[in-house]
Amino acid sequence: MAVITPGAPVPAASVRRGRRRPGERIIEGFLVLAAVVSIATTIGIVVSLLFPTVEFFGEVSIVEFITSSQWTPLFSIKQYGVLPLLVGTLWVTLIATVIAVPLGIGAAIYLSEYARPGTRRLLKPILEVLAGIPTVVYGFFALTFLNPILIDLWPSGDKPEFQNLLVAGIAMGIMIVPTVASLAEDAMSAVPHSLREGAYALASTKMQVATRVVVPGALSGIVAAIVLGVSRALGETMIVTIAAGLKTAGIPWSPIDGAATMTSYIAGAAQGDLPVDSLDYLTIFAVGTTLFLFTFALNALSIRLVRKFREVYE
Amino acid sequence: MSDPNRKAPDVTDTVNSTRPAPPPPVALVNPANRNEGAPRGGDEQVLRLEDVSIFYGDYQAVRGVDMTIGRHQITALIGPSGCGKSTVLRSLNRMNDLIPGARVAGRVTFHGEDLYARDVDPIEVRRRIGMVFQKPNPFPKSIYDNIAYGPRVTGMKVSNMDELVEKALRRAALWDEVKDKLKQSALALSGGQQQRLCIARTIAVSPEVILMDEPCSALDPIATSKIEDLMFELSRDYTIVIVTHNMQQAARVSHRTAFFTAEVDEQGERHGRLIEYDTTNKIFTNPAQKRTEEYITGRFG
Repeated sequence: MAVITPGAPVPAASVRRGRRRPGERIIEGFLVLAAVVSIATTIGIVVSLLFPTVEFFGEVSIVEFITSSQWTPLFSIKQYGVLPLLVGTLWVTLIATVIAVPLGIGAAIYLSEYARPGTRRLLKPILEVLAGIPTVVYGFFALTFLNPILIDLWPSGDKPEFQNLLVAGIAMGIMIVPTVASLAEDAMSAVPHSLREGAYALASTKMQVATRVVVPGALSGIVAAIVLGVSRALGETMIVTIAAGLKTAGIPWSPIDGAATMTSYIAGAAQGDLPVDSLDYLTIFAVGTTLFLFTFALNALSIRLVRKFREVYE
Repeated sequence: MSDPNRKAPDVTDTVNSTRPAPPPPVALVNPANRNEGAPRGGDEQVLRLEDVSIFYGDYQAVRGVDMTIGRHQITALIGPSGCGKSTVLRSLNRMNDLIPGARVAGRVTFHGEDLYARDVDPIEVRRRIGMVFQKPNPFPKSIYDNIAYGPRVTGMKVSNMDELVEKALRRAALWDEVKDKLKQSALALSGGQQQRLCIARTIAVSPEVILMDEPCSALDPIATSKIEDLMFELSRDYTIVIVTHNMQQAARVSHRTAFFTAEVDEQGERHGRLIEYDTTNKIFTNPAQKRTEEYITGRFG
């Protein structure tokens, strides 16, 4: 360490690397490790799904899996058509999406464009707390609170069953509203204020500013919010297990039927005493792979949509 | 809100009359002086401020401003930073409404109508009084959609949108540069082109007044001089109010100049005040107030 006297000329120092900085190396190593662990985990999951799935399709034809309308692997007459589970999942996801997207985007537009700063500071954290409620609570909320109301209000004909896909979908929709709203609001708030000013100066109403400038500008973030919400709905297990039941058999044509989804079947089957390596046990992996493909396709689709429609403001 | 005797300048009218020759080259020295003898309808008041004070919450940003803005004139608001000139400008088309806690006291009238009266629709005010901002802020849409935005949101009955877009772009002296790429993003344009696009976008809704908040401060000298030429050209049909930090710019383009500065009151709070308002020529050659002279000659501010 050279002592530097104020005012005195600084001695010419070499710019060549003298001192090593070992801390830098350690931090870099840790960061690489963090990245590798998450990638390795993903690969591990895919591999551990893939091998049992291949084994499963060695015994059950893929045509039967896709086309048969009966899923009865745990019954005495075994049939392996995934359609009943798939339709159950699609019903719940569809209902949840129909509820969560308008409510979530609406809440986001309100918070970002209409709410006063004080209101926003109050509401946003509350919304984020809602997103943290355990799903098992939503499951019981659906079963013991929403479903009786639904049955009471049901106009006529067949009433919804004690456990049904509709009420599970509604509860799941409510569950993902905060996620969609919070993420979409982040994206909307990130749209530069100068664009809003420009729009207001051209005699736009608040709604026009929101729908024609802010939403298009924030589209990629909004789609990401929706995709995350829908992915959660696809993969959600607890609400459907509690509120829609584990009934498997034929295709649930009506959402007021109780039926298992892909996830609730896996949860239910994994708890039983299935012998490892039995065909029954392998069904879990086949269904898991199907679910994985759906989520993957959803993500790929959303990336394409965003590329096509977004308005980049930077 | 509308006065049947006064029609807002219309893009259609002005362009249909097929201007025979390009306007004579505008000398950058002081075109205002050229007009000194022949004020174009300058006596007609478009906007009038009477004892206007503007507050942000409890803070009084601007105190007691009285001034009138003449038709088809360029009025420049100059003064040091924090003197409230932008605040005053934004009170003229109610853009201050967007700032929570902002409030205007006194009267701002537009053709005699109080802009802050209860039954006034701020959306309609902004259709009649457009605004161009300091930083060019084109929408992240195509050039075409940027121009068409205003007519679309205001529900203008447009028989031929392509034609309107072309006229607005021609009016803003941008058409030749962009006519082959109307569907491309406006963000691909240079800063000066973006600012002219923003002016074209404003013209497209046929306002009567255009407010400009330091429209050239983010631009290079060549782009600046293009905008100044454009302003001068537009002032034949539009009333323009411009806030500028650049005194030479005020001297070059404006017919009248208002000098603002900040004063500190007994409580030690700063308030923007209008010190002097006169023809640009008078302000820059023979100001009545000592502070104006000191500012103009660069001794403070």
